Amino acid sequence: MGVGPKTIFEKIWDSHVVKRAEGYPDALFIDRHFIHEVTSPQAFDGLRNRGIGVFNTKRTTATADHNVPTKDQHLPIREALSRHQVETLRKNCKEFGVELYDLGHPFQGIVHIIGPELGLTLPGMAIVCGDSHTSTHGAFGNIAFGIGTSEVEQVLATQCILQYKPKTMKIEINGTLGKGVVSKDIILYIISQLSASGATGYFLEYAGEAIRSLSMEARMTICNMSIEMGARGGLIAPDETTFNYIKGRKFAPQGADFDREVEEWKKLRSDDGAKYDFEVKFKAEDIAPMITYGTNPGMGMRVTDRIPTIQELKEISEQGSFKKSLEYMGLEPGSQLLGKSVDYVFIGSCTNARIEDLRMVASMVKGKQKAPGVEVWVVPGSKQVEEQAKKEGLDKIFEAAGFELRSPGCSACLGMNEDKVPAGKYCISTSNRNFEGRQGPRSRTFLASPLSAAAAAITGKVTDVRELV
Amino acid sequence: MSKEKFTTLVSHAVPLPMENVDTDQIIPARFLKATTREGFGNNLFRDWRYNANGTPVNDFVLNDPKYTGKILIAGKNFGCGSSREHAAWAIHDYGFRVVISSFFADIFKNNALNNGLLPVVVSDAFLKSLFDAVMTNPATMITVDLEDQMVAVNGQYEEFDINLYKKTCMLNGYDDIDYLLSISKDVRAFDLAHP
Repeated sequence: MGVGPKTIFEKIWDSHVVKRAEGYPDALFIDRHFIHEVTSPQAFDGLRNRGIGVFNTKRTTATADHNVPTKDQHLPIREALSRHQVETLRKNCKEFGVELYDLGHPFQGIVHIIGPELGLTLPGMAIVCGDSHTSTHGAFGNIAFGIGTSEVEQVLATQCILQYKPKTMKIEINGTLGKGVVSKDIILYIISQLSASGATGYFLEYAGEAIRSLSMEARMTICNMSIEMGARGGLIAPDETTFNYIKGRKFAPQGADFDREVEEWKKLRSDDGAKYDFEVKFKAEDIAPMITYGTNPGMGMRVTDRIPTIQELKEISEQGSFKKSLEYMGLEPGSQLLGKSVDYVFIGSCTNARIEDLRMVASMVKGKQKAPGVEVWVVPGSKQVEEQAKKEGLDKIFEAAGFELRSPGCSACLGMNEDKVPAGKYCISTSNRNFEGRQGPRSRTFLASPLSAAAAAITGKVTDVRELV
Repeated sequence: MSKEKFTTLVSHAVPLPMENVDTDQIIPARFLKATTREGFGNNLFRDWRYNANGTPVNDFVLNDPKYTGKILIAGKNFGCGSSREHAAWAIHDYGFRVVISSFFADIFKNNALNNGLLPVVVSDAFLKSLFDAVMTNPATMITVDLEDQMVAVNGQYEEFDINLYKKTCMLNGYDDIDYLLSISKDVRAFDLAHP
């Protein structure tokens, strides 16, 4: 499988190839498979139709997250179709012997948040899930990517997936981040520079001192949005920050096993002279608090910038989509977003609903009140995050500010449950997608960091967070 | 498990000249609650196709009676966003068998290929010819020949790439699991060696 210097991606990929045959994609072994209620039912039906079981149930973990209410989780789900979908997951997990962290379980939560916090996500693994934000797990130095339901069935049935090896791209961020600039701003900046399709066909490696300086949770926010540039996934080579985060987690190796693993994990770095198909560098100093103005995550800018005009677009072919996008958003080309009123604030999702995100929000709002007329939802990423927030008294800070602390789930990130932003309303959101209707039919989304979202909650407007910190 | 086979398709086409069509547009999340693969076609492009009160949006292509056929032509970066296979199911369930674009998002492309929906990548110039031909004359017939990897319109044609493995699967109606199950002994050994 090639000699000479290798990237960390190539090392992990090559070590997972079960079979490489001429004319076939690689059969890649999957160490960890996460499943949830929305993209798994048809896969289990497929197993039944073939009369086969799950290849290795120990490698599969299930939770209910996409389609669960974030209020009254102890009661039966009111909406019949949602209830049926969650019940189907229960039935399938029981029948096939898969561990399920169901509603009410202390480990339940958004699939990409519970994997890392339980120590199920480790360096060097190959990880898949029927969800495009599986790239989140790459923050630990592994190959993690989203798959479709036919592929979920494939992995349940065979513990393998057939894949062509993607190209590699290195994204380096050097320098020091400025005041009020956090990891969400880094990734929104990268996407605004590379576009919503700029990394299609690639697997990304994030590197450079600005990345190294980040906590594990902040790194997860970066890797999470790799898919928003079209990349299969994105990873960060593991280091002491990674090992310290993993140590002592519920399902992580313990004691001497842990020490032995760390020695192996330390080898997971790109060799000097390793070749990438594409390399790009950015300066941390060029990054400011970011916000999106359009209907794909590539349509982002520094919060103090103005929206481009039609004439400023790079390609003529983009004009139609750009116009339609701004019409949908009710915004004028060339205008500023700073000072624009918002109706809703959503703090949540697999991008930004970990404890550090909630702490960031709390630090901004402590002793303050939300602006009148703004509705603020804080949806923790997991039961463990929710419990921790309460232990630290963050719930009291949110309550005093007029924020509503909900129970864990994907919630208004995709508006599959009742948590929808009404038509025409503006929501500043810490989630990952600003697509048309993403947060509810005809809803309008501004993507931003938890700090920027918290600032908007207080002022009721799109705000340059640097004025408040 | 055998799937629908695909060889050659000659059909009218429906033009959707939008870029970055994401899977939330193809099938919004609130319609992902079904636990079977069927019936998603009714909600294909739901929020572009229907007004909030449920009446059809008359100028949306799927509601325009002059456009019919089993081929959807779309702008670049089609199928970006969520990994929901429901997007491929919805397009297939509606009756399309081919989507032509100059660029597809990765996960969507795989999902389409796994469901008998052929994603055909053409050059920007040829895509423009296809849009022009169909929008000038909706009765235009387009030929998509998988065996020869060729798409043709009005005497113009272009070859398209598809990897040999996926092509063989589409032509014969095979799927990946058949192949992976055939190597399950190797996988079992790998699993044991990597606890």
